[in-house]
Amino acid sequence: MAPNGVNGTIPDDEGIDYSDIEAKYQVQYEEGFDNILLVDGIPVVDKSKLEKLLAKIAKEFTRKGAPIKPENITVPWDEAKGKSKGIIFVELKNANDAVFALNAMHGHPFDAKHTFMVNRFTDIERYANLDETYVAPEPEEYKPKEHLRAWLGDPQGRDQYATYRADEVEIHWHGKPSQCEVAFSRPNWTDLYVSWSPLGTFVATLHRQGVQLWGGSSWGKQQRFAHPMVKLIDFSPNENYLVTWSHDPIQVPEGAQQGPQYFSPEDEGNNIAVWDVKTGNLLRTFPTIYPEGDDSKKQLQWPALKWSADDKFVGRVTPGQQISIYELPSMGLQGKKSIKIEGVVDFEWCPLGDNDREAMDAAANGTNGKSAKKPRENMLAYWTPEVANQPARVTLMNFPGRTILRQKNLFSVTECKLFWQNQGDFLCVKVDRHTKTKKSIFCNLEIFRIREKDFPVEVVELKDTVTDFSWEPRGERFALISSNDPNLGNPGPGITIKTDVSFYQLVHGKGDFKLLRTLSSRTSNTVRWSPRGRHVVLATIGSSSKSELEFWDLDFNSDDAGRREGSSKEEWGSGIQHLGTADHYAVTDAEWDPSGRYLATSASAWRHALENGYAIWDFRGQELEKHILDRFKQFLWRPRPRSLLTKEQQRQIRRNLKEYSRQFEEEDAAEESNVSAELIAQRKRLVDEWNAWRARIKEDVADERRRRGKKLDSEGEQQSEESKEEIEVWIDEVIEQIEEEVME
Amino acid sequence: MRPILLQGHERSLTQIKFNREGDLLFSASKDHIINVWFTHNGERLGTYNGHNGTVWTIDVDSQSRFLLSGSADNEMRLWSVQTGKCLYVWEFPTAVKRVAFSEDDDQIVCITEQRMGYQGVVRVFNINRDGDGTNQSKEPVSEFSPIGSKATLCAFAHTPGVILMGHESGKVALFDANTGDEIQSNERAHMDVVTDMQLSPDRSYFITSSKDKTARLHETRTLVVLKTYSTETPLNSAAIALGKPYVLLGGGQDAMSVTTTSLRQGKFETRFWHKIFEEEVGRVKGHFGPINTIAVSPKGDCFASGGEDGFVRVHHFDESYFRAKPYGDLEISD
Repeated sequence: MAPNGVNGTIPDDEGIDYSDIEAKYQVQYEEGFDNILLVDGIPVVDKSKLEKLLAKIAKEFTRKGAPIKPENITVPWDEAKGKSKGIIFVELKNANDAVFALNAMHGHPFDAKHTFMVNRFTDIERYANLDETYVAPEPEEYKPKEHLRAWLGDPQGRDQYATYRADEVEIHWHGKPSQCEVAFSRPNWTDLYVSWSPLGTFVATLHRQGVQLWGGSSWGKQQRFAHPMVKLIDFSPNENYLVTWSHDPIQVPEGAQQGPQYFSPEDEGNNIAVWDVKTGNLLRTFPTIYPEGDDSKKQLQWPALKWSADDKFVGRVTPGQQISIYELPSMGLQGKKSIKIEGVVDFEWCPLGDNDREAMDAAANGTNGKSAKKPRENMLAYWTPEVANQPARVTLMNFPGRTILRQKNLFSVTECKLFWQNQGDFLCVKVDRHTKTKKSIFCNLEIFRIREKDFPVEVVELKDTVTDFSWEPRGERFALISSNDPNLGNPGPGITIKTDVSFYQLVHGKGDFKLLRTLSSRTSNTVRWSPRGRHVVLATIGSSSKSELEFWDLDFNSDDAGRREGSSKEEWGSGIQHLGTADHYAVTDAEWDPSGRYLATSASAWRHALENGYAIWDFRGQELEKHILDRFKQFLWRPRPRSLLTKEQQRQIRRNLKEYSRQFEEEDAAEESNVSAELIAQRKRLVDEWNAWRARIKEDVADERRRRGKKLDSEGEQQSEESKEEIEVWIDEVIEQIEEEVME
Repeated sequence: MRPILLQGHERSLTQIKFNREGDLLFSASKDHIINVWFTHNGERLGTYNGHNGTVWTIDVDSQSRFLLSGSADNEMRLWSVQTGKCLYVWEFPTAVKRVAFSEDDDQIVCITEQRMGYQGVVRVFNINRDGDGTNQSKEPVSEFSPIGSKATLCAFAHTPGVILMGHESGKVALFDANTGDEIQSNERAHMDVVTDMQLSPDRSYFITSSKDKTARLHETRTLVVLKTYSTETPLNSAAIALGKPYVLLGGGQDAMSVTTTSLRQGKFETRFWHKIFEEEVGRVKGHFGPINTIAVSPKGDCFASGGEDGFVRVHHFDESYFRAKPYGDLEISD
């Protein structure tokens, strides 16, 4: 929009064409009009009513939060008719106010007949000048996307793991010794740490600007979430959503990018954000809620939002008051209200079992019609502590039905912890109880059997304090670590707490849990079940003096195939077998691979600087790999999604296991000989190179000596001829000397 | 392989050396004393008293007649191995960091430290082997100051008149003994201080150790790096095994930080690496401080290590060491 007269190439008096310079320094007038709005849909009035109308409009604007005065309104006048044109120009203080007024007043019903239509003044010109001819948009070229689960198609069936060392993140393949290789590596890939999504599809890296997801075989960018200074992340179980947390409250600076993927002014001051992984859109933000109590103990609970197993709901507890459950994907409060529970401390969702998932899939596909079981409703368990005249209580509630399924009252409770078995078959509530004097603490396990009618509860009473509890995945056993060490609770340098490890198993028929075996006076403080059950590792982690790893098999006598059926006949607890003991100095983490065949232990530089690195063991405790690496930080197995094979197919495989294993063994043998042949050839080459070099050098040396007029190699000969000197050493040792006086 | 522990020093070891027959072991220490031991049983034969400062370096001639030592009291001394008498004393403005005999025992080279305004100087002396050895010339046959980074190590190279030098910058160089000119150099042989330098028996190649956690094998004539052995700890010494294709590396974290970390983390082990394949073969532990110096007997039947802890450990190889062929039947020349 050039001012009149200087537009185009009109030569001025001297005949010089200044148009290029003028175009360059032309004042951008549009910017000056940013604070002016054009409002359409104003009643057409004559002079007499004008003043009243303007006052009314100004009032309406002010009421909506965009204060203007009648003087700021310009009314274009139709002189011929003596009436207004039905439009007005409104001048606001600045561009920001104008944007606000635009949003507030657009579509505002002024009266029954008139509705305001608000536009920016600057837009009108643009829309008027819009080219009306239709130009077909260029069709974007189709770029085939990489398969995000390509790693599962590895012909050798290997697993992957990620390591983070110094500034370098590496993704490794892990298989047989010859198949281990680095799949990908990138320096400075992350600022804080890396994390896999729960099904292994993405790897997330954390940066100052936010979270970045990577995936596919070439590790391209998949999605980004702009949450500045993000510190913690948490995926939903089916990796549809992502929760991020930053210690710094969200700020939206002026001129920040806008859109569904970015924070808007309403989000300011919050710390937690929920994102949709597929679109990258921000769904909702929350402030951090710290648990009640004194400030010194303020510790963030993470994950702050708890996901139901099917990704349909996410819950958040406000300690002492309520549990708020939001529906996905709208992130609206389910049922428009939270579940008000006086005193609630914590809750957990019930996980989905394999059968539940099948039922859900069947229901979703509509196959089997009505014959299929109705999928189980979501369930959650929460507990409330003792308050005046009311016992502590554990409650099982279904959702979204919100009916209470089972409640159990508890007395003398200090603390409760909820442990779901991963198939959702059992719920164990670990109740720390105190004696009347409140001096000593002991422990009760309240075990709910979820699959049975009326949810029967079994109590296991223990005398000691339980420090760790874990269910066998997909199993009917659990392991717990208990201790009566007086040093428990006051850790100090050099103190290693003595513990006992106990295994319990469900007795079929009777329905209660019976002790299988107790391993006493250990130092183990961590139990790691193999993800497929049966194998378990007891580890002493975080101790400066002990770092033992014990590998146990709980079904030693039975074959994997006939495991569930045949185990009851044998003597109780006889199947527990110690497989091996290993030691990884200064271990800080232990993790099973998804197949349950290997265990990885690592010593992270985040905890200490002693012999950082990682080791991989097989399930018997044999060391397969060990790497001691300076500034090693993180080791993570890549999770695998659920198998796509049906139960029938899996059974088939198990039945023909012998067949397959023979095939694998042949492959192994072939490969082994192959590899060693390669290695031998390589060594042979190195030796040949060396020998050739030595031969050349020796000749040079001989030449050199000859030139110097020395006797050649005579020294060497001389040396060998030197007669060996035999040294004979006689050692007299008096062992005992007895003086006897012989009496006559 | 039960080691023989030689407890004759009150302070940390600086250099140990076998004589040519391998029956005697000489050890120098910061406690000013030089000891000589019988290798086969660890019995102390005697001491060489006289230095008034840390003895940094020793060398013995091939006939086990003369012993040469350099010390922080700015003296270099010549001793009679047999009697322990001091035969001659050379005095310099600064400490003597390294001494070495030539192949024919008729010359010696020494290097003095660059300090207190004095330059580091390399001096070559002729040794008068006639008589009782007390009649030595005070004046060097040649002397020069290598320019650039501080030089700390020296030895006679493959040909007479050429001196091999190791520098603090990680540089390794060859100098002409007469003119002091640099003949050949490898500026980036190491990334940090070169801590030790030992030549093969025929002086055609040599091994260096460095604080940059690596040891390297070089060809003497060209200074080309033949092999690199990368460890995870700073190295103080490296030696070439004889008769077997191994190299021995020793080191550990700095003496300064020893007290603040565990024994386990110190990595105070002698490491055996395969000379050709650049792979670690095994470790021998025992010292509770960093290893400062390693020596291999010229007979190849034992090795010794001297540590910051003040002990020398002599290890005679077991029968199995000679029998074992961990890499199969491969003919490897020395």
